[in-house]
Amino acid sequence: MYVAVKGGEQAIDAAHRLLAEERRGDRSVPSLTLAQIAEQLTLGVDRVMNEGSLYDRELAALAVKQARGDLIEAIFLVRATRTTLARFGYAEPLETRNMQAKRRISAAFKDIPGGQILGPTFDYTHRLLDFSLAAGEDPAEAAGAPSELDADMPRVLELLGAEGLMEQPSADQQDVDDLTQDPLNFPAGRDLRLQNLARGDEGFLLALAYSTQRGYGRTHPFAGEIRVGTVEVSFTPEELGFPVVIGEITVTECEMINQFKGSATIAPQFTRGYGLAFGQCERKAMSMALVDRALRAGELGEERVAPAQDEEFVLSHSDNVQATGFVEHLKLPHYVDFQSELVMLRRMRAEIEAGKDRLEAAE
Amino acid sequence: MNAPAYNFAYLNEQTKRMVRRAILKAIAIPGYQVPFASREMPMPYGWGTGGVQVTAAILTPDDTLKVIDQGADDTTNAVSIRKFFVKTAGVATTERTSEATVIQTRHRIPEMTLTEDQILVFQVPIPEPLRFLEPRETETRKMHALEEYGVMHVKLYEDIAHYGEIATTYAYPAKVAERYVFDPSPIPKFDNPKLDNCPALQLFGAGREKRIYAIPPYTRVRSLDFEDHPFEVQTWNQPCALCGSRESFLDEIVMDDKGTRMFVCSDTDFCASRRGAA
Repeated sequence: MYVAVKGGEQAIDAAHRLLAEERRGDRSVPSLTLAQIAEQLTLGVDRVMNEGSLYDRELAALAVKQARGDLIEAIFLVRATRTTLARFGYAEPLETRNMQAKRRISAAFKDIPGGQILGPTFDYTHRLLDFSLAAGEDPAEAAGAPSELDADMPRVLELLGAEGLMEQPSADQQDVDDLTQDPLNFPAGRDLRLQNLARGDEGFLLALAYSTQRGYGRTHPFAGEIRVGTVEVSFTPEELGFPVVIGEITVTECEMINQFKGSATIAPQFTRGYGLAFGQCERKAMSMALVDRALRAGELGEERVAPAQDEEFVLSHSDNVQATGFVEHLKLPHYVDFQSELVMLRRMRAEIEAGKDRLEAAE
Repeated sequence: MNAPAYNFAYLNEQTKRMVRRAILKAIAIPGYQVPFASREMPMPYGWGTGGVQVTAAILTPDDTLKVIDQGADDTTNAVSIRKFFVKTAGVATTERTSEATVIQTRHRIPEMTLTEDQILVFQVPIPEPLRFLEPRETETRKMHALEEYGVMHVKLYEDIAHYGEIATTYAYPAKVAERYVFDPSPIPKFDNPKLDNCPALQLFGAGREKRIYAIPPYTRVRSLDFEDHPFEVQTWNQPCALCGSRESFLDEIVMDDKGTRMFVCSDTDFCASRRGAA
C-alpha cells in the first residue's frame, strides 16, 4: 500500500515506453523523416529555431518529431541541447540591408525603390481547405523569382530618415549584453529586451501586440517594411583578425513606423519598433516590433499604463519554456506542503468547534 | 546525425565556473540572492533546474549523490534527477542520508542531522520571500538592500489577526545571520529549525528565476515570529504507523473512501533505518 502511492523507477520507464509507442502511432503508417518535417512543416520548424534560439533546421525537425508536434516541447528540447553546445564567440552584426529577399513589402508606400515583392505568403489566399493536398497532388511548378530583382533595396525607414522624419536608430551601442550568458536585471536595455522578445513565445507576444492596437498602450503603428530572405553570417576568428563569411541564414525583419515624438522646440519625428526572427515568421516579427515600441514608453516619455509597456511584466513572462515548466510543475507531488496546510486547517477548525462547544455549554 | 557526447554532469566547464562563482558569492553573503545566468536544462523549469545546475557545478567523480522529493528517494522526480546524474556524471548514488556527500532535495530536509562533510542542495521555485507581497523584482531588491522587512511582519501579524496564528505552513520566511530574510524553499516549517546552525553547507538554486543563495555551515537562521506568538512547528497526534517515530514529519496516506488514514514518515530513509535497527 505504502509503496504503491510513491512513484518509482519502473513506473517511469513504463510511461516512457508508452510515450514512445504513442509517438510512433499506427505502425502501418510510415514513420516521418526529418527531411519531410524540415521541408514540409517549414514554418513550425522556423518557430522552433526562433524560440529555441538555435538556427539548426535538422535539430529543430528532430525536436518536432520527438515532441509529437508539440512546438513548445520541441522548443524546450532545442534549448536544452543549446546548453551543451560550446561557444566560439559572437558573429558580426547581420546586415539585413544586403538581404537576398524573397519577400519584401511596405504598407506605408504604394511603391518603393526595389519594389514590393509578395513572395511566398498566406496573405490574400482564401482560407479554404485544399483537398488536392489531401490527395497528395504536387502543385504546378511555380515560376521562380524574376531574375531582375533589384540588388539594391534601401530600407523604407532610411528613406524617411533622409528627410529627417524618422528617428535615427541607436546603432552606437558597443557592448551588447547577452541574455543567455547573464541573468536578466531590471531595468533592461533595449538590446536585452529585443533578445528576450526574439526568443519569447509567439502567442504571448501576439496577444500583447494586439492589446496595444486595442488601446492598451496605443502606438499608431504602420508596417514600414517587412522583408524575408537570406543574409550572410560573418565571424572574426581571433587568429585571423578579419571577418569571414561562415554561412547564411533566413530571417524575417520588421520595421514598424510609430507615432511621432517631438516638442515645441524639437521637430517631431516618427519613432520605430523593431522585430527580427529566424526563418519566415512574420507574425512573430511584427508582434515583436509592436511590443518593442510599446516597451520604449519610458525612454520616449510616454506614461506607462498598459501591460505591454511594463518591462518587468513582459520580459518576465515571455519565455514559454520557463512558463510551461512552472505551470506544469504543479503536477509534481506537493504532499508535504499540502500536509502542512491540512494540519493547520484541521486545527483551526477544531479550535472554532471547541469555541462553539464552550458557548453551548455556557448557555 | 550523431548524438553529442556530454561533458561530466552535462554542463560545460565554462558554465560550471560561472555557477561556482555565484555559489562562492552566495556563501560569502549568507541569505543574499545572487543572480546567475541559469541555463536551460533537459528537465522543465519548476522541476528542479536550479538545484540540478548547483549539483552539476559542485559534483566531483568521487561524490555519492542522494536525491529526494517530498523526503522520499522513490518519488518520480527524484528518480528522474538521480538517473540524470547517473547518466551524465556516472557518480555513485545512495538512498542512505548518512552515506551521501551531496543531497539534492525538493520540499524537505532529512530528519537525520547532517554533517560537515555533506552539502544539501535545495530546489527553489520562488527565491524571493517578498514576492507575494511585492511582485516587482526592482522593488524587492531595494527592500533587501535597505533591510526593509516591515511588510513581511505586517503580513504575519495580519495572519494572527485573521486566524489567531501565523498561517504560513511551508516556505516559512527566516532571517539568515541577522541580515537577509530568505525563502527556505517550500519545505514545511517543521524543517526550519534544521536550517539553523547546520553543520552542512546549504545551497539553494532557483533555475527559472536565475538566483542562487546559500547558508554556510553553522550559521544562525531565525524563523520570523513575535514575542507573544513564538515560532512553532507542526505536530501530529499519532506516531508513524511504520516505525513509530514521534519526531518526524508525517505524510498522510488515504487508505480508503471511508476516511481511514495512515500517517507515515515522509523521510523514507529515516523510516527504513529505524525499522531496520529495530
